[in-house]
Amino acid sequence: MATRIGMDTIELQTPVFAESYAAVGGALENGGLLQGKLARVFDDATLGLDSWEKAEAQLQQAAADAALLRAGRKGADVDLHIAGDLLGQCSASMFAGRGLGIPFAGVYGACSTMALSMAMGALMLESGAVGTVLAGTSSHFCAAEKQFRQPLEYGGQRPPTAQWTATAAGAVLLSAAGDAPKITQLQFGRVVDLGVKDAHNMGAAMAPAAANTIGAFFRDTRTMPADYDLILTGDLGLVGSDLLRQLLLSDWGVALGNNHKDCGLLLYHEEQANEINAGASGCGCSAAVLCGEILPLIAAGHLTRVLFVATGALLSSVSPLQGESIPAVAHAVLIEGQK
Amino acid sequence: MQTSTEQYKTMVETASPNSPLAINMLKAFACGGAVCVLGEGLGLLYARLGADDERTRTLVAITLIALTAVLTALGVFDKIARHAGAGTIVPITGFANAVTSPAMEFQSEGRILGTGANIFKLAGPVLVYGGGAAVLYGVIYWLMHR
Repeated sequence: MATRIGMDTIELQTPVFAESYAAVGGALENGGLLQGKLARVFDDATLGLDSWEKAEAQLQQAAADAALLRAGRKGADVDLHIAGDLLGQCSASMFAGRGLGIPFAGVYGACSTMALSMAMGALMLESGAVGTVLAGTSSHFCAAEKQFRQPLEYGGQRPPTAQWTATAAGAVLLSAAGDAPKITQLQFGRVVDLGVKDAHNMGAAMAPAAANTIGAFFRDTRTMPADYDLILTGDLGLVGSDLLRQLLLSDWGVALGNNHKDCGLLLYHEEQANEINAGASGCGCSAAVLCGEILPLIAAGHLTRVLFVATGALLSSVSPLQGESIPAVAHAVLIEGQK
Repeated sequence: MQTSTEQYKTMVETASPNSPLAINMLKAFACGGAVCVLGEGLGLLYARLGADDERTRTLVAITLIALTAVLTALGVFDKIARHAGAGTIVPITGFANAVTSPAMEFQSEGRILGTGANIFKLAGPVLVYGGGAAVLYGVIYWLMHR
């Protein structure tokens, strides 16, 4: 049985294993860190379909199919599919689920979905209720712009704090038995809101949630940043990463070192910075970096203790217009390799 | 110590880079000026072809709108506008782009409830308040010249 340690953190008595994992993405996502590491690359943003929403569903299904293929499993072998995305009613996940035929549980955590779906999957596996769980998420630049911002061809200017929604998806097949990487501890974050209203500054909106989850995780587990090879935040970008360091220091007395990295700053190359401004974002950002780069590094023994903290901005398409500030959440999963 | 909302506001302002205002304004001035020069050139052309003043003005506006619509459809306009900013948004080009871009975007929801319902999604406020202002001005004008 999983046990609670401290106020917020949950420890798994028997670890849960990442049996296989895969990331897919668009041409831009294949240009940076993940070059050559994506299971599939889609050069055409439409994926040959007639809407951005269908393209995103296809993207998510492609990641799921790739993860299943790598494990040598079929959809029928999987007991539960947990997924979510940014689109209304999590439609990309639902439509991907239609093609997979696995019992499905939809979740919404905005860009924190990869950590959320993995944490929920790990708990269900540990309970013994299921033997394998497919956890995944996706985002698509064009679909997200259409829903949350302006039409794609609208001639607006993006402020330097704006982030670029990644066109990418990731999927992890979790299993009760197997080899590293393994999930040993996790934490569902609290919803935190420090009053940021600027929907073009998501990093600033999410940094307090990340600081709260990371600070609470260190407190509960009696650890400090040096105890980890990598503290990987989801998509705080340039502005949010800076604010996270300040908040952890002022509110928790924790100084983050160079072992903190942010997927939003890892995904794209610096030469792509003209377009992406303050970094990458979207559910697919942390999902693709985790599944395409970090999990393989853990499996190969290059990393042994990675605290994965994906962050999500919980605004809706109407809440900023109603004058609401942006609540955010961060979920943490501790992923370990062979000691 | 817990950071307060007020303290965090200051931290965010310090941490967030500002838009490069001077460069943006310079680019907007140059691009907006270029649109006006183009309009003026078209005006001279139509006048030479024999159009009277009123018809020339209409033809210039139609040409700029058509040009913007084509550039938007080709996916070029937003790339120019990323640099031009207000230089392309404020002239009639901005209005044309604001109508064309949602018309393209919502094609996937069909001609009626997609394109038809969303075509004025961005330009709607201009139509509503522009029309409203025109009515108000008309009433004042009528009262003064009665």
